[in-house]
Amino acid sequence: MSSKKNFSLIIKDLIFTGLIATVLLIPIVGFRTEISTVDSTGLTFNYNFIIAFFVVAFVVGVRFLFHIYWFSKIQKKPQENSEKNKKKFLKKLNFYLGAAAAVIAFTLPFMPFANRYIVDVATLVLTYVMLGWGLNIVVGLAGLLDLGYVAFFAVGAYSYALLATTFDLSFWICLPLAGILAAFTGILLGFPVLRLRGDYLAIVTLGFGEIIRLILLNWYEFTGGPDGISRIPRPSFFGFPFARKSEDTTFHELFGLEYSTMHRIIFLYYLILILALITNFFTMKIRNLPVGRAWEALREDETACRAIGINPTNTKLTAFAIGAMFGGFAGSFFATRQGFVSPESFTFIESAIILAIVVLGGMGSQIGVVIASILLIGSTELFRELEQFRMLAFGLAMIIIMIVKPRGLLANREPSILLNKKNE
Amino acid sequence: MLIAKNISSYYGNIQALDNISIEVNKGEIVSIIGSNGAGKSTLLMTLCGIVPAKTGSIIFNDTEISTLPTHEIIRMGVSQSPEGRRIFPKLTVYENLLIGDPLKREKDINLEFIFEIFPRLKERINQRGGTLSGGEQQMLSIGRALVSQPSLLLLDEPSLGLAPIIVKQIFETIKRINKENDTTILLVEQNAFGALKLSDRGYVLVNGKVTISGESKQLLENPEIKKAYLEGV
Ligand SMILES: Nc1ncnc2c1ncn2[C@@H]1O[C@H](COP(=O)(O)OP(=O)(O)OP(=O)(O)O)[C@@H](O)[C@H]1O
Ligand SMILES: [Mg+2]
Repeated sequence: MSSKKNFSLIIKDLIFTGLIATVLLIPIVGFRTEISTVDSTGLTFNYNFIIAFFVVAFVVGVRFLFHIYWFSKIQKKPQENSEKNKKKFLKKLNFYLGAAAAVIAFTLPFMPFANRYIVDVATLVLTYVMLGWGLNIVVGLAGLLDLGYVAFFAVGAYSYALLATTFDLSFWICLPLAGILAAFTGILLGFPVLRLRGDYLAIVTLGFGEIIRLILLNWYEFTGGPDGISRIPRPSFFGFPFARKSEDTTFHELFGLEYSTMHRIIFLYYLILILALITNFFTMKIRNLPVGRAWEALREDETACRAIGINPTNTKLTAFAIGAMFGGFAGSFFATRQGFVSPESFTFIESAIILAIVVLGGMGSQIGVVIASILLIGSTELFRELEQFRMLAFGLAMIIIMIVKPRGLLANREPSILLNKKNE
Repeated sequence: MLIAKNISSYYGNIQALDNISIEVNKGEIVSIIGSNGAGKSTLLMTLCGIVPAKTGSIIFNDTEISTLPTHEIIRMGVSQSPEGRRIFPKLTVYENLLIGDPLKREKDINLEFIFEIFPRLKERINQRGGTLSGGEQQMLSIGRALVSQPSLLLLDEPSLGLAPIIVKQIFETIKRINKENDTTILLVEQNAFGALKLSDRGYVLVNGKVTISGESKQLLENPEIKKAYLEGV
């Protein structure tokens, strides 16, 4: 390979690194909220673009050093063909992105810049990541266009709310129950729509989402109608409540800490992080199982699937049920975090946002969902002060992604499994 | 092994198969020839239940299968390589093969015998199906149908769109699968000459009806068939 071509590759890669770093770091480092001493709202927004710039420059610099001292040695190996290299590169990129995201996610609450606002936004983003991963099973893997995914989120949230308030069950009991109920709803939806495909399926699922919302709104005795359900118990740390004072041992007494409201917020953050990661690992695992392979085959060609002996009915039902179950888990989390649920939180726009996250991320790509969530949810949160105009930011982010990457951010499908060729 | 009696099937109001009776014995290669739209693909689809048979009976190894759902028929040891190959273009060759036995986990699936028949597939194992050449895709389609080790293999136009030399190889491979794997084969072909040379017996399909049937050797000599299907070959 000529050194000239190499050089331009490195430059391209550095620009790419810079872009990713900018997108990630501007929100994290560039904006800061601080307790205001001047106005009465209590918080001010500080901009630290200079610091952000230096951090980005540092990242790009480190990447450059990598190129010189490390990647160059790898690249000197005989090259087979560019297609293979591109795949390898994408695989590496995927891996590094995933690893970096995991490290950032786990350390975020203890970063010096992490305040209540940032952890709250991150929790929200993770909720959408989890929903995106859940919907990815249905849309990305099984190829069933579902416009009513929020229905399962709602069923999960209301199941949790009702179980917790009427029967006084703990979070860890309500969570699986809510998941099971949501999965059951998924099967219920699945049955009538099994024979539909594409556009028709989308319309029916859209209707289904609305039906669930209208039931929640109108079944006053059961769901509280428009008033919703309030006073949903907050989660405790495996029985130790997050409170200043309680009859039981509280969380801060257990660990001998000063009481702080941040404890609960950080706990919620880790809770959704773990739930989301479980969703992810589950999806990765199931892709290797016969049912996961059947989903992907079904997405590509239903007639061929039948000729092979796949039962399309069962295969679709499992996709609906499992996707719905994770939506239900996320709903439980939502309910316990808010302490209040009402039908307003489960409108069509939520389904649309979750679907947008999956599509923009590149159908079926797990990391893509994370990036799309950060971009879409992060950008709307950043512009929260602009009130209704923040949906504009959302739309803009969407349009830009579609122009730059028409098939989604990470459109390349990773094989679920590779056969190691022995004796070669 | 397979006895279909008086089957008719319809697409809506259009009758595609009209009172067809065919029989396939264990170990045979049987070919079905006929022009475009004669109903050959429909016949294969009907045999494995994708298109339901409205009348008649289909008996496979002494079991009536015409009322069973497709996946159950296939579990009984029938397998199809459909017309136009229909491999999964975004899945890799390996994934395409694994899906050929949709109930088994990866570690329980043995592909060695398929790699023996189609060494090419092993070379391309981690390549996406859609990037294979036409001939390789055909190998993959047949390979995928073989993974579940069927006793009866239905092949729909394996020679479609392939260069003559590749067609010859594919036909030789079909013979090999029949002999070495002890797989009975029902072969649908446009390429009447090749199919009849390969097979033991044949049926000629015209407008959803069987018009002529018999030993392939005799069919090759039949003046009507010569005129309609073998001219210019
Ligand atoms: N899905 C369908 N809906 C309606 N009619 C169909 C359908 N599939 C096939 N047909 C009709 O049934 C008849 C038989 O079609 P079939 O595909 O079985 O023919 P064939 O013998 O396989 O032809 P070819 O050699 O071109 O593949 C044709 O007239 C065709 O138009
Ligand atoms: Mg045909």
